Amino acid sequence: MIIASTNNFFTEIISFFSDGLGWGFGGEILGYTAIAVIYLIFFAVAGLYLVLMERKVAAWIQLRIGPNRVGPWGLLQTIGDAIKLVTKELTGTIKADKFLYNLAPYFPIVAALISISVFAFGESFQVFDINIGIFFLTAVSSIGVIGILLGGWASNNKFALIGAMRSGVQVISYELSVGLSLLTMVLLTGSLQLSEIIEVQRTGGWLIYQGHIPAIIAFMIYMISGTAETNRAPFDLIEAESELGAGYHTEYSGMKFAYFFLAEFINMFIIAAIAVTVFFGGWLAPFDLFDNVWFLQPVWFILKVGMIIVLMMFFRWTYPRLRIDQVLTLEWKYLLPLNLMNIVLMAIMVWAGFTLPWPF
Amino acid sequence: MSYFSDIYNGFKSLINGFKVTHKYFIHARKEIITVQYPEERPQIFERFKGEVIMPHDENNEHACTGCQACEIACPNGTIEIIWDRVLDEETGKKKKTIDKHIYHLSMCTMCSQCIEACPTDAIVWGQGFEHSVTDRTQLTKVLNNPGSKIRSDVKE
Repeated sequence: MIIASTNNFFTEIISFFSDGLGWGFGGEILGYTAIAVIYLIFFAVAGLYLVLMERKVAAWIQLRIGPNRVGPWGLLQTIGDAIKLVTKELTGTIKADKFLYNLAPYFPIVAALISISVFAFGESFQVFDINIGIFFLTAVSSIGVIGILLGGWASNNKFALIGAMRSGVQVISYELSVGLSLLTMVLLTGSLQLSEIIEVQRTGGWLIYQGHIPAIIAFMIYMISGTAETNRAPFDLIEAESELGAGYHTEYSGMKFAYFFLAEFINMFIIAAIAVTVFFGGWLAPFDLFDNVWFLQPVWFILKVGMIIVLMMFFRWTYPRLRIDQVLTLEWKYLLPLNLMNIVLMAIMVWAGFTLPWPF
Repeated sequence: MSYFSDIYNGFKSLINGFKVTHKYFIHARKEIITVQYPEERPQIFERFKGEVIMPHDENNEHACTGCQACEIACPNGTIEIIWDRVLDEETGKKKKTIDKHIYHLSMCTMCSQCIEACPTDAIVWGQGFEHSVTDRTQLTKVLNNPGSKIRSDVKE
């Protein structure tokens, strides 16, 4: 029943409940619930601090200081914001489709929380080590689109519907690019399983070093498609705060708005975590220093994910917003052919043996 | 074949944008222009239009003759002058003197028409900007100090 290949921290928790306390199958269920609670708490806190980090990074880029009054260095700012959001009234429009309107905020956040269960935070910190890891991630992130479309439709608001339609077409277009650029790196590893990918990087150097030119092109295409997937940065016409009201979440307030908002930040974390796992070596330290020290592995992972997230925040405050027809032109006319050519290039390189070896 | 030059030019423009932003991010600590009010006060210039004041010299004298030019020039009635004809001791004639120069800060649009209309430069711009009060009656100000009178050398 436990879907992990080796014994790790989480299987220890589950076997503590089922075998240690002797509760059998009920104990396994309890163990899984305990792991789910740990992940939920971790990601709720991470979501809060990502919002604060976004505000501080945006402020540093714009030559000002971010929030610094609530708590030292503004650390308690999002807790204040969260309390404010929770106490807001949940308004709704009269003619809105009640069931769909209430159901829509849950899809993005459920999809995001399912995706984070397969990440490898360390050698023994992976809950589900399934053998179709990357495929599972791209498949589950498609569920989030349903929430956006439902939110726009159920709001009974023409402009929210326009925003939702644009967002839907943008997300499904860029999922192609995300999948194909990850496929380019799978050619190097030969396996979709996340722990296998990191194992290949441990012995052969990081994948962005092994497949040099096609891997760098794949990384750039992945970053562009990843920021478009999460409706962020230059591709945020959907939720453009100064145009179109607020897009598909115009009619939401209070806790439901907080779900959409939090789902966006957790999606950003997911995109960065996939990039770190596939391109930059996951929890491995550079040059394999102290790889076996178990408490350093999550630290390296979080550090690398943080740097990619700062890169995504840079994109938001450096580049102007793209119009929806420019967004679609970029994907279908430029990124998709480039991606396909890149896959062919990488395949030729792997077949002819031109990947860079790791000398250490 | 402009397809490939399009890609190249697009990529170059991305790098250009990054050059500007990364400089601000890395040198942020030196270049931050935020003034952390209330601990640090910002620098206020002479030409700042904070509120209308009537400067008094050391003998508690001002230059307002009570001509009501500012009251007539004001577009929304922010200024009210209370004046009277007082018997002047030296010449024996009745002279118009000002009793109170009332200025409603809550209604003032800072248009400077009153200051430009004044023939004796009695009112000028002050640099105070902290006008928030909890009691709205504090926003109705009397610009001339109690017991002050006009300077002797002010011409009509």
